[in-house]
Amino acid sequence: MTTSMQGQVALVTGASRGIGKAIALQLAEQGVTVIGTATTEKGADAISGYLSGKGEGIALNVTQEDSINAALKHIDETYGQLDILVNNAGVTKDNLLMRMKDEEWDTVMDTNLKSVYRLSKGVMRGMMKRRSGRIINISSVVGTTGNPGQANYCAAKAGLVGFTKALAKEIAARGITVNCVSPGFIDTDMTKSLTEDQKQAIFANIPASRLGQPEEIAAAVVFLASPGAAYITGETIHVNGGMAMV
Amino acid sequence: MSTIEERVKKIIIEQLGVKEEEVKPEASFENDLGADSLDTVELVMALEEEFETEIPDEEAEKIKTVQSAIDYVTNHAND
Repeated sequence: MTTSMQGQVALVTGASRGIGKAIALQLAEQGVTVIGTATTEKGADAISGYLSGKGEGIALNVTQEDSINAALKHIDETYGQLDILVNNAGVTKDNLLMRMKDEEWDTVMDTNLKSVYRLSKGVMRGMMKRRSGRIINISSVVGTTGNPGQANYCAAKAGLVGFTKALAKEIAARGITVNCVSPGFIDTDMTKSLTEDQKQAIFANIPASRLGQPEEIAAAVVFLASPGAAYITGETIHVNGGMAMV
Repeated sequence: MSTIEERVKKIIIEQLGVKEEEVKPEASFENDLGADSLDTVELVMALEEEFETEIPDEEAEKIKTVQSAIDYVTNHAND
């Protein structure tokens, strides 16, 4: 068994900042060619910039089937293979359920859950043919614990875990693993939008007494993508400073 | 140049790892040739590539036997 990831190709969605950026950078450090996606051309350019030759940024709207098909076609034509898919792109539209709008529910479901269905389906043929592949879905601790004001986000993130297990069983015999990494509260733009009261309440429940760093999520993703993790599938690795032990 | 029937049979033999004599026209992939549902999906993928055609899902679901695969390709192949 080879232990190198040199020469592999990875697609990381939502890679312009935060956890996605850390994942893209760490995969690139392993010699993986990384295609990182952003919602805008400007974001895509920023990704190309930080990858500095070890891949590229592309604009992708994960809620649009055409956009996904175009991105996968581009990858196929340019790189000829895709070994690793990291479904990281996600949004929050927080609201108490009693005030939640259909639009808030649908946006979170489309971006965080349906996109994973579409992208995973899109990469399946290539991975099945090569009898190898890694799909890593970024879930969230709140998909396990729940969080008030995030019924939509929690539902989508818990949905990813079920999706992951089902797909893992379908394709394990083809050498493809499907896993989740479930971050706790990580120091990103997404958690910066939490109120001070929310943060204090959260900190009281984190044994590590700090926010996690995006690099600490990326490390788990790189492990799952590595040859050494070939026998792990359908699993969720929780990276949350002890906040939830499940 | 092999006939369509020969090419289809060759793909079935390769994809399902079965012997040539098992690939009878009436043989069912799942009941007789030991394929599971994912094997059948892969078999259809292989047929699509060999014959450079796209088989819609609703048609693919009807391809359950050796003969049905040969018939589909005979009726739809580009060449």
